Amino acid sequence: MVNKIIVGAHYGLKDWLGQRITAAVMAAYTVILLVLLAGQEPLTFEVWYAFMADGFMRFLTFLFILSLMFHAWVGVRDIWMDYVKPTGLRLALHVLTLLALVGYTGWAVSILWRL
Amino acid sequence: MTHRTMQFKIYRYDPDKDAKPYLQDIAVELDSTDRKLLDAMVKLKAKDDSLSFRRSCREGVCGSDALNINGKNGLACLTDLKDLPGTVVLRPLPGLPIIRDLIVDMTQFFKQYHSIKPYLINNDPPPETERLQTPEERDELNGLYECILCACCSTACPSFWWNPDKYVGPAGLLQAYRFIADTRDQATSERLDNLEDPYRLFRCHSIMNCVDACPKNLNPMRAIGKIKDAMVRRAV
Repeated sequence: MVNKIIVGAHYGLKDWLGQRITAAVMAAYTVILLVLLAGQEPLTFEVWYAFMADGFMRFLTFLFILSLMFHAWVGVRDIWMDYVKPTGLRLALHVLTLLALVGYTGWAVSILWRL
Repeated sequence: MTHRTMQFKIYRYDPDKDAKPYLQDIAVELDSTDRKLLDAMVKLKAKDDSLSFRRSCREGVCGSDALNINGKNGLACLTDLKDLPGTVVLRPLPGLPIIRDLIVDMTQFFKQYHSIKPYLINNDPPPETERLQTPEERDELNGLYECILCACCSTACPSFWWNPDKYVGPAGLLQAYRFIADTRDQATSERLDNLEDPYRLFRCHSIMNCVDACPKNLNPMRAIGKIKDAMVRRAV
């Protein structure tokens, strides 16, 4: 087993497709955010606060956060897969990345619903 | 008849003699009839017969004289001397083990090529005449079958540098799509199964070095995209 190359995990399509879809979601969110913010003149803190606390914006921002985290998961995991060869170290980095991203998601959601 | 001198810096390494590789400075007088880089290299070989490189057809068909020319992979026989600067740096294709001077060990490259089963799989009894295709079906194979397996693309690909044992690489994937796209082939689903893998296919991050390097102006990245499209069509 020492020198045998083992491939054929039969996954990757969902991650690749998911990364493309989440990129589109994030791009769409950015455009929507800029367009809607442009209509909020003058943009004071109170106006921004009310804008972000709105149910529709909260829904969109939540989708944006989920998209960002999934996108980052595939991207960072790809970096580990490209450059880190020892399986144990790679697995540890995958787990740490996942834990960090799940933690960030909870943190971002708690901020969003605090508004 | 104008003569001009061309300066070369050539990667030299003979594992029997040299402790480590070095760049050899050597100049060559060119005749006006010398048009391609390979012409100059043949002259260099006449001047210093210890220089080793592969060459055969000298017209961009055999793919044996692939080199790294001034930092970019290409075929010596298709590279015009007039497009090169006064000093030319020649190195072997990057990322593959060196056998000697400009000759690399392509075992890993061909292992990946063989892994995609580069032949038609059709279990029907052979017909009396050809297995027919419509002109449109045949057109799908254009830009795929022309690959000469020179390895310029795969050895320009960082994903292939980091994981040559696991990632099929642009050349192998272009050939994989050549058979996936072929209407006479009956193993499409098995071929997609064989490639649906985070390493074998999905190490491609679409940086297009392969497209930039291909001396036959093929587009492996587009073929890789079409393999992914076929997987999406199968799954969604």
